Amino acid sequence: MKRASWLSIAVVAAVLAAFPLLLSSNVALNFVTFAGIITLAAQGWNILAGYGGQFSFGHAAFFGTGAYAMALLQVRLGLNPWLALPIAILIGGLVGFVIGALSFRARLRGSYFALVTLAFAEVLRILTNALSFTGGAAGVLIPLRVGIDNMQFQDKRLLYWLVLAFVVGALCLTHAIARSRFGAYLVATRENEDAARALGVDTLAVKLKAITVSAMLTAAAGCFYTQTFLYLDAGIGFGPWISVDALLAPIVGGMGTVFGPLVGAGALLGLGELTKSVFANLTGGAAPGIDLIVFGMLLILTVAFAPQGLMGLVRPFRASSKGGA
Amino acid sequence: MTAPILDVVSVTKTFGGLTAVKAASFDVAEGSITGLIGPNGAGKTTMFAVIAGFETPTKGRVRYRGADVTGLDVHRRAELGIARTFQIVQPFAGLTVRENIAVGAHLRHRQRQLAHALAAKVASRVGLTPMLDRSALELTVAGRKRLELARALATEPKLLLLDEVLAGLNPSEIRDMVPVIRSIQESGVTILLVEHVMQAVMSLCQHIHVLAEGEIIAGGTPATVSRDARVIEAYLGHGAAKRLQAVDHADA
Repeated sequence: MKRASWLSIAVVAAVLAAFPLLLSSNVALNFVTFAGIITLAAQGWNILAGYGGQFSFGHAAFFGTGAYAMALLQVRLGLNPWLALPIAILIGGLVGFVIGALSFRARLRGSYFALVTLAFAEVLRILTNALSFTGGAAGVLIPLRVGIDNMQFQDKRLLYWLVLAFVVGALCLTHAIARSRFGAYLVATRENEDAARALGVDTLAVKLKAITVSAMLTAAAGCFYTQTFLYLDAGIGFGPWISVDALLAPIVGGMGTVFGPLVGAGALLGLGELTKSVFANLTGGAAPGIDLIVFGMLLILTVAFAPQGLMGLVRPFRASSKGGA
Repeated sequence: MTAPILDVVSVTKTFGGLTAVKAASFDVAEGSITGLIGPNGAGKTTMFAVIAGFETPTKGRVRYRGADVTGLDVHRRAELGIARTFQIVQPFAGLTVRENIAVGAHLRHRQRQLAHALAAKVASRVGLTPMLDRSALELTVAGRKRLELARALATEPKLLLLDEVLAGLNPSEIRDMVPVIRSIQESGVTILLVEHVMQAVMSLCQHIHVLAEGEIIAGGTPATVSRDARVIEAYLGHGAAKRLQAVDHADA
């Protein structure tokens, strides 16, 4: 069972790595790169909420921190992006730890925790929009200087493979956590906090560890967003869109499973893109936001017919990843 | 008797204006099965919560193996060897029986294989082996009580607090469970149990403390306690002891 799951991660990684060799169109490549970034953010949410049961509505706080740290370390401090990347991820983890310490120490659970994370993300968005250090409402622009040493790739496949390496790393990390004592404690905390404490689980420490790891993954997603688009403003970095994407993908794909966020992000973004292009073909004009309607419908369908998410419909996959919980 | 493993020293617990436990003192001898009984609302569950660390006493101390543990957090007490079950069973619903027990086993075994192996061993002690890979939700009431017991045992405790593990079981299930509890004592674990099933309490316990309206009103062997006038009054109402005596005399 356990070998099957490491194996399935390897197979998925190989298939995804081969993708740009089969489909070389830039549109397709941009799409899968973006889906990879969302998967990374969603995997972060999945560790905290899917495994740990702490539902955050504000993962934008971590995504934005990662994205802005990545941008500002380069623009303001002149750091090389390869050096800025790990620092930005650490800063993201620190922000996660601080938000976690403030809210978990105050014993916020359930919807209260969700609302507080939403508030933190909004505060960060407003601050970022107001401060001149972050570029204010105009945002920040990363100067275009293409070069592998500068993490700006002529060959867009390299960016995709870089993001994919992190996605695969996140899959392995999630799988390893699910099979560890920390993972068992995390799931126990989700299922019943008092019972977990009675069995010797330091639930506060477990939740803090989870939100830190979660924030680091989501911050990494923010870093790659910055390197992909080379432009950021507060609405992109800290806007609710990413909080929603980060939670929708695991819910649709399957919370508390290794592959849930990947499957969910693929399904959501794929259907969204499909709808946009079909709609554009039919009416001859773009309809911004039409994909959000699809997201909403998919969420309703998932909750109504597949509460375990898409992974819940795929038995063998589920057994291999769930067995690790 | 050896030195007490647990020493409760004049513990008072108030919730707002309500005094749930009033200056209660008692101890539990190491290696014994000790009962804590009393009518509904006597404060037994509050007492358990104070001992396990879920509630901080308003006044008084809790000593465990000579050390003051009054201010310690629940998980720290579990590390020291105090485990509890819950009156209202609290299974990890989304997990299998094995995974449920393994959470307890992880306390002293970091490695997953070791924790799962210990979980299987503990399951066989409480008779849950056939259910190991089933979801905890599939268990019957009796099964869930066993799971509570198994999870607590998996933490390898020195003092086990059992909160009504027999409540809600039918007579044959109780007959099955009593030897399990006795075998736990025989393995060297001290047990403090809150229980309403008197026949089981009388046969299992070496010593009983009686709590009524938050106060310890009697203590002793099952035989002395069950003849104690204050205990009979607490259960059956004022004047009951006298009336019972009268009936006894009339019979004689």
